[in-house]
Amino acid sequence: MSSFFFKIVESIRAAAHSVRAHGFRSFLTTLGIIIGVASVIAVVSVVQGLSSSITSQFDDMGTNVVNVNAFTPLKDRLQGKIAKLSYRDFLEIEYKVSGINHITPTVAATGPNGVVQYKGESTATRVIGTGSSYQALYGIFPEEGRFFNLSDDKSRRRVAVLGDSILDKLEIKGSAVGQYIMIGGEWFKVIGVLEKRGKLFGFDQDDFILLPYTTTRALMGGAEEPDISISLQVDDASQLESIKQHIKNLLRRNHNLSKDMSDDFKISTAEQMLDTVNSITSNTTMVLSGVVGISLLVGGIGIMNIMLVSVTERTREIGIQKALGATRVDILLQFLIEAVFLCLLGGLIGLLIGYGAGALVSNIIDLPSAEVPMWAVALSFGFSAGVGLLFGIIPAAKAANLDPIDALRYE
Amino acid sequence: MMSDALMRENIAKPIIELRHLSKLYKMGNQEFYALNNFDLDIAHNDYLAITGQSGSGKSTLMNILGCLDYPTNGSYKLKSKDVAQLDETTLAGIRNLEIGFIFQSFNLLPRASALQNVMQPLIYRGIPIKERRIKAEQALIRVGLKERIDHLPNQMSGGQRQRVAIARALVTEPAILLADEPTGNLDSGTTMEIMALFDELHNDGQTLIIVTHEQDIAERCHRVIRLTDGCLVADSVNHEIEENYIEQQAEKEEKHV
Repeated sequence: MSSFFFKIVESIRAAAHSVRAHGFRSFLTTLGIIIGVASVIAVVSVVQGLSSSITSQFDDMGTNVVNVNAFTPLKDRLQGKIAKLSYRDFLEIEYKVSGINHITPTVAATGPNGVVQYKGESTATRVIGTGSSYQALYGIFPEEGRFFNLSDDKSRRRVAVLGDSILDKLEIKGSAVGQYIMIGGEWFKVIGVLEKRGKLFGFDQDDFILLPYTTTRALMGGAEEPDISISLQVDDASQLESIKQHIKNLLRRNHNLSKDMSDDFKISTAEQMLDTVNSITSNTTMVLSGVVGISLLVGGIGIMNIMLVSVTERTREIGIQKALGATRVDILLQFLIEAVFLCLLGGLIGLLIGYGAGALVSNIIDLPSAEVPMWAVALSFGFSAGVGLLFGIIPAAKAANLDPIDALRYE
Repeated sequence: MMSDALMRENIAKPIIELRHLSKLYKMGNQEFYALNNFDLDIAHNDYLAITGQSGSGKSTLMNILGCLDYPTNGSYKLKSKDVAQLDETTLAGIRNLEIGFIFQSFNLLPRASALQNVMQPLIYRGIPIKERRIKAEQALIRVGLKERIDHLPNQMSGGQRQRVAIARALVTEPAILLADEPTGNLDSGTTMEIMALFDELHNDGQTLIIVTHEQDIAERCHRVIRLTDGCLVADSVNHEIEENYIEQQAEKEEKHV
C-alpha cells in the first residue's frame, strides 16, 4: 500500500513536471474544463444568491401569513372585466372569519397622490395605504420614530412612515421625524423612517411611503372604489387550510360567483410563494447543470485527444522508462494522474474564474453577495477528477501497453 | 557486503547462462530464426563484445539479455535465476535491479535534466527523492559530469549525453551493463573517452556487454563473440589484454594485502 502511495506521489511529481514543460498546451487542453467549471460556479453562485435573497424577503414576512389578491382570469380580462377586492370584502373577513391574528387591507395610491414634495424638492414614489398590522405581518420596523398605530388609522391622521430612500430623494437633512411633507396636495407629518432593505435586481426596496389606510382612502376621494389586497396572519398553523377555505367561500358568496365560475381572487401563503421560487431556482439550476455537464464532457474529450497525441509523441520516452524498469502500472498511473492533474488544475482555475464572474454578475444586477456553496465546489472538483479518470484511461492504457522494444525504436 | 565464500562462488558461476536459446520471427508466411539454438555463458566481470553483421541477431540477443524480449525456446539464467518466461511486471523489476542499458542514441528523457535522468530508474525502485538525488549526484561525479547536473540533454555534447546515460545505467548498481553500439554516434576522440570509462568500470569489477560492429571497439574488449544468422560462429579471448588485466588485478590485490 505504501509503495502504491509512493507511486502516486511520484506520478504527481511527473505530472506537474510535464504540465510545466508544456505550459501553453496544458492551458489549452484544460480550457474546456476551465470553461465548464467556471460556468457551473458562476451560474450556481448567481442562482444561489438570487434564491437566498428572495428567501430572505419571505423570511421577513411572518409565518402563517396569507395574502388575498384580486385575480382576473385571462378570458375575463379579454372581455374587459377586471376583478377587484373591496373594503367590504376586508371587513367581512375581519369580522366573520375566526382564528385570525392580524389583518390589514393595503391600497396603492395612484395618480397625483404618488407625488411627494418637501421644501421645493418633488419626487414620485409608491404611496401605500395600510393598517397598523402591516408592521407585524411583514416584519418591518422603524429605524427612527414609530410606525402608525390603530388610533392613527381610526382617526385618519395625516402621518407618514418613510422608506429609507425617500430621505435621499427629497434631500431631507437631519432627522426626518417631525418634519412635514406634501402628498397629493395635503401635508403629512413624518412619524417614522423604516430600516433599509437594499436593492433587488436594481429595484429599490426602500422607495415607498406608508400612510394609514383610512387616510389614504380619504386622499384618493370616493369616486371609484379602489382594488385592495388583504394580508392576514392566522393564529394556529394547523387551522391554515380551513381558514383559507372559509375565506374562499366568503369571497365567492360576496362576489356572487356561481358554481361553474372560477375564483376572481387568489389566496396565497408565504410558503407557497417560497415553494414556487425554490422550484424555479432548482429547475434553472438543473437545466444549466445539464448544459454545463455537456461542456465538461466536451472538455474531457479534448483532454483525451491531447493525451492520445501526447502518448504518441512520448512513445520513445515510454520505451526508455520501460527499459529502466517502469512497469505497466507505473506508466498507466503516470498518464492517468497527468490527465486527472490537468483536469483538477482546470477545475481550480475554473473555480476562481467562475467565482469572479459570479461576483461580477451579482454586482451588476444588484444581488446580495454571491455565495458558492461547498457542494458546488466539491461537485466541480469531483466532476473534473472524474472526467480526467474517464478520458485519461484510454490514453494511459495505450501508453502502458506499448511494447518496450517497439517504443524504443520509435522515431 | 558479500562474504568471501559467496563472492568466490558468484565469480565462479556464470552470471549469465543461455541454453538452446531460439527466437523465431514470423513475417507473414515467412519464418526465420533470429537466434538459433544459441548457447552462451558470461562470467562475472566479463568484458564482452558481441559483433556481427546487421541482421545477424545481435539486437535480438541484446533485447533478450536485457529482459526486454522473450526467447521462443530455451532457457536464460541471470544470476542463476531463470528469467526466460517471467511475466512482464517481474521482468520490468529485473531490468530495474540487474540491468543497466546504454544506447547508441543515448535515449535520455529530453525534458529532464541530467540529474533527473539519472534519478529516473531509482523511482521504480521506490527510493525517496533525497536519497535518489544523492545517488544520482554520485553517479554523475563518477562519469565526470559534476558541472553539468542541471543541464538538459540538448544543452550537452554527444559525449556528455552518453556519460549521463552511463551514469543512469550505473546508478542502480546493476549486475550487467548492456551497451548497444555505445559509440556509434560519437566522434573518434569521444569514442576513446567513453571506452576509457568502460575500461575503468571493468577494472572496478563491473560486468560489461557491448554490442558493436566496429572492430577497434571489439578489440578493446577481453572477449569477443561473433554472430552470423543467429548462430555463434566465433568466441575468442583477447589474450594480450586479458593477461595484462589479470596481472593488474593481481598487483592491485597485493597492494591491498
